[in-house]
Amino acid sequence: MRNLPFKLYGRPLLLALLLGLPAGLRAQATTPAEGPMLTQPAVLGMMALLLIIVLGAAGLLVSRVAALIRGSQKPSTENEAGRFDETVTNLTDKQLAAILERRQGREFALSGAELSGGSPAHDTQGLVQHVALNVHSQWFHEKRRTAPFTDLDPRLTVLISAFLLCAAFWLVLGTTVGWYAGVKFVSPDVDHVAALSFGRLRPIHTNMVFWGWTSLAMIGLGYFVVPRTNNTPLFSLKWGWWSLGLINASVILGTACLLAGINNGGGEYREYIWPVALLFAVGVIVAFANFYQTVAHRTTEEFYISNWYILGATIWGIVLTVIAYLPWYQNGLGETITQGYYMHMGVGMWFMTFTLGLMYYFLPMSLNKPIYSYSLGVLAFWTQLLFYSLIGTHHYIFSPLPWWLQTVAIVFSVGMIIPVLAGTINFLMTFRGSRKRVGDSYSLPFLLMGVLFYFVGSFQGSLQALRYTNLVWHFTDFNVAHSHVTMYGIVSFMLWGCIYTLAPKLRGREPRQALVGVHFWFALVGLLAYVMALMIGGTLKGMSWMAGEPFMQSVVLMAPYWLWRAIGGTFMLLAHFVFFYNLVDMLLGGKAVPQVAPAQDSLAQNPLKQAVPQAHDVLERI
Amino acid sequence: MMSWNVYSNHRLFVGIVFGVFVFLSVLIAVQPAARIQRENAPLPTAVALTTEQQAGLRVFIGEGCVACHTQQVRNIDMDKMWGGRPAVAADYAWRQRLDVWRATPSTLGSERTGPDLTEVGVRQPSDLWHLLHLYQPRSVVKESIMPAFPWLFRDSVAGTPAGLALYIPAAYREPGAHTVVPTRRAQQLVAYLMSLKQAALPTGQVAPAFLYVKPPKAAVAAGLVASDAAPAIDGGALYATNCQACHQATGEGLKGAFPPLKGSPVVNNADATLMVNIILQGYDARAEYGVMPPFGSRLTDAEIAAIVSHERSSWGNSAAPVTADFVKKLRALVKPVAAL
Repeated sequence: MRNLPFKLYGRPLLLALLLGLPAGLRAQATTPAEGPMLTQPAVLGMMALLLIIVLGAAGLLVSRVAALIRGSQKPSTENEAGRFDETVTNLTDKQLAAILERRQGREFALSGAELSGGSPAHDTQGLVQHVALNVHSQWFHEKRRTAPFTDLDPRLTVLISAFLLCAAFWLVLGTTVGWYAGVKFVSPDVDHVAALSFGRLRPIHTNMVFWGWTSLAMIGLGYFVVPRTNNTPLFSLKWGWWSLGLINASVILGTACLLAGINNGGGEYREYIWPVALLFAVGVIVAFANFYQTVAHRTTEEFYISNWYILGATIWGIVLTVIAYLPWYQNGLGETITQGYYMHMGVGMWFMTFTLGLMYYFLPMSLNKPIYSYSLGVLAFWTQLLFYSLIGTHHYIFSPLPWWLQTVAIVFSVGMIIPVLAGTINFLMTFRGSRKRVGDSYSLPFLLMGVLFYFVGSFQGSLQALRYTNLVWHFTDFNVAHSHVTMYGIVSFMLWGCIYTLAPKLRGREPRQALVGVHFWFALVGLLAYVMALMIGGTLKGMSWMAGEPFMQSVVLMAPYWLWRAIGGTFMLLAHFVFFYNLVDMLLGGKAVPQVAPAQDSLAQNPLKQAVPQAHDVLERI
Repeated sequence: MMSWNVYSNHRLFVGIVFGVFVFLSVLIAVQPAARIQRENAPLPTAVALTTEQQAGLRVFIGEGCVACHTQQVRNIDMDKMWGGRPAVAADYAWRQRLDVWRATPSTLGSERTGPDLTEVGVRQPSDLWHLLHLYQPRSVVKESIMPAFPWLFRDSVAGTPAGLALYIPAAYREPGAHTVVPTRRAQQLVAYLMSLKQAALPTGQVAPAFLYVKPPKAAVAAGLVASDAAPAIDGGALYATNCQACHQATGEGLKGAFPPLKGSPVVNNADATLMVNIILQGYDARAEYGVMPPFGSRLTDAEIAAIVSHERSSWGNSAAPVTADFVKKLRALVKPVAAL
C-alpha cells in the first residue's frame, strides 16, 4: 500500500468523491481573465449583503423617527385607544346623544357604589401592583415590563450575576484597549510606552474580549439555560465558581504577559503562553463537566436543542484549544495549518455555536412562543459540525499551504450557506408575526439585529473565502471589519439580547429603558461606521496593491477610513460603558423588587382590620 | 434499556459530537500539519539564523510585529513586489518552537498594514536605516503609522562605543535624549530583519508560477488602461517604492544617514555613468552614510532609466534623462565583474 498514489492523494480525493465534487482539486487556476471589479459576482454579492444591513438599520431608524414625530405632534393618535378617543371627541352632538341613549339602555345596571361615598379609592389591601400614572413619555416608546422569576435558587442567581459582571468588566476594559489601539492608527505617536505599543495592545484586546467578555458571558448564560431546560438544578455551584475563577485568572495573567512582551508566537488568538491557556482550558472543562452532569440529571426525556449547541461548543472548544497548543506537528508550516484551523474554529465552533445555543432558548423565551422549526435546528447543528470544521485554511488562500487544503476550505466555506440559511430562517420565522412585540421590547431589537448580522456576516465570510475576493481583500482592513461584523454584530448583539432578557428577571429590577436605547443605537451606529469605513478603505487598499502602486500609497489612502473607524469605535465604547451601568443597575443597584405575594394571601392576612377604616370613611361621609 | 435517539441519550450525543469533531480535526489539521512538517526541510541554499538573529526573532514576536507585517509571497501577480518567486513550504521548514514556554513563531501573518518582510534584508540592507526606523519610523518615512520603539534604545553613557550613536533629526528626538544608542535587543532585531531574504531554489526545482497575471488585452478592452502600445514607466512611482525610504520624497536624504540627491554632483553630472553604476551595483564607499543596496537584479533597464531620469529632473536638478539602452550597456559591463 505504501507506494500507491492513494496514500498521497487519498484523503482529498476521498473527500472530493464523497461530496460529488470534480476530482480536479489540485488543478490550479491558470486562465483567470478578470474583468473590472464590479462585474465579479462575489463583489456584487458582498455589496448586496451590506445593503441588507444598511437598509435594515435605516428602516428601523426611519420608523423610530416617524413614530417620534407622530408622537410629538399628536400623542393621542399614538395608539388605537388614542384614535378611538379622537373619533369620540369629533362626534356631533346629535350622534353623541343617540349613542349615549342606546348605551344607557343596553348597559343599565347597578353601579355597585350606591352605598358608598364619592371619595377616591384606597387600595389598602395591596391588591393592585405597579400603578403608574401618566407613563406616556412624549419622546420614548414605553417598552413592556418584565416579571421576575419566582422560583430561582438565589445562589445560582449570584453565580450568574458574577459571570455577567466579570464579562461586562472585561468588555469595557478590552474595548477600551481596542479603541486605544485604533486611535494609534490615526496618531501613532500618542504615547511611547512599551507596554502600550500597538503590537502588544492588539492581542490584549482580542484575547480579552474573546476569553474575558464573550466566553464568560456565554458560560454564565449557559449556567441558567442548561438547568432550566433540563428542569433540574445546576449539578454543582462550586464547579461553576471554579470555572469563573480559572477563566478570570487566565485573562489576568495572559494580559500581564502580553503587556510585558511575552507572546506565545504571534498566532492570532493564541498569544497566551500555554500555562495561561491551560487555566482557560481547565475552566471550560469544568464548565463542560457541569453542563454534562446537569443534562445527565435531567427530568425530561429528551434534552432541548440549546443543550446540543452548548455541549457541542464546550467540547469542541476544549478539543481545538488542545490541538492548538500540542507541539508535535507545529514546526515549519505545520504551525500555519494549525493556526488557520484554530483561529477559525475558535470563532465558529466555540463562540458562534455556543451563542446559537443561547439563541434557541432566549429568542423563543422573549417572544413567548416556541422556536419555528426543530428540524431546521437539527439541520443547522449537524451541518455546522461537518462544514465549519473543514474551512480553517481559507485564511491562507494563495499561501504555500497545500492547494487541495485551500480548495477544500473554499468549498466548505460556500457550504456554510446551508447552516447559516437554516439558522436565519428558523430565527426569522420565529420572529414572524411578532412585530409589535419586538417594538415593545428592549431586548428583542438586539436579538433581531444579531440574526441579521448572522446572515450577513456569515455569508460575507463565504464570499471572502473565494479566490478572486482574496486578491482584493486578503491582508487588508476588510478582514478586520469582517471579524467585527461577526464577533460584535453577531455574537455580542445576541449576548446583549440574552442578557437584557435574563438579568431583569433575576432580581426584578429593570434597566432604564432610555439607557438601553442608548446602548443599542450607539453600538449599532458605531459598528456600522466602523465596518463601512474599513470595508471601503480595505477595498481601495486592495485595488491599490493590485494596480502595483507604491506600498506607502495604500497607507496614505487609509487615513480618513482609520479616522472613521476610530469615530465608530468611540460610539461602540460609549455603548459599552452604558451597558456596564445598566448591568450593574439591574444586578446590584437599588433594592430588588420583593417577590410579589399572591393577592389572596394579603387578603387572608387580616381582612377585618383592613376593612374597618373603610367602613369608618363611609360612615363619616353620611 | 439504552436509547439510540441521540437527543435523549446524552452519552451517545456527546460521544458523536466529540468523535466526529476529533476525526475532522485530524483529517483537516493535525494530519496535514504533521505531513507538511515531515516532508519539508530547509532549502540547501538557505542560511540558518544565527543566535543573534534568533534572539531578534524573539523580540519580533514579543513586540507583536506580526500583527502588521506578513512574510509570505503569495503565488499571485500582485505579490511580485515582495519577492522574486512565490513562497514554498521549504522556506518555512526551519521554524521551530521558540522555547519550552513559547510556540513556533507565526510569521506568515494575516494583515499587511505594513510592508511584507520576506525580502526586507535585500530591500533594505542598511542597519543604520533599520535603527533609525525603529527608533522613530516617521524620521525616515513621513507617512508611516508604525509604532516607534524608543525603549529599544537608550541614552549614551560613558563607555558606549561612539560608532553606535544615531543621528536623530531634532524634531524626532525623545525629550531629554542626548546621544541615542541602540540596546542589545534593537541590534538583535535588526540582525533578524536583515537576515530576511528568499533563498534560491536548488537547480532543477521550478518555482511555482505567479497566477492572475494581468492580461493587458482584457484590461484595455475593459477600459481600465489607456490603449497606447507600451504604457510609459512612471519613474516617480518607482522612486517612491524603491528609493524614497532613504533618500526621502524631498530628495534631501537624511543628514548623517542617507546622502541627498537634490543638488548632488553625482546626480547632476552630465555623464550619468557613475550614478547608474551605483544603482546597479550598490555603494558603500562613504563612512558617514549608510549602505546603498544594488538594484541590478531587482529592476529592469527601463525601470532604472525611468528612476534616473526622474531623479535628474526633480527637486531643482536639471540633467538630461538617460535611456534604457544606456543602462543596458553599463549592465553588460557590470555582469562579467559580478560573475567573478
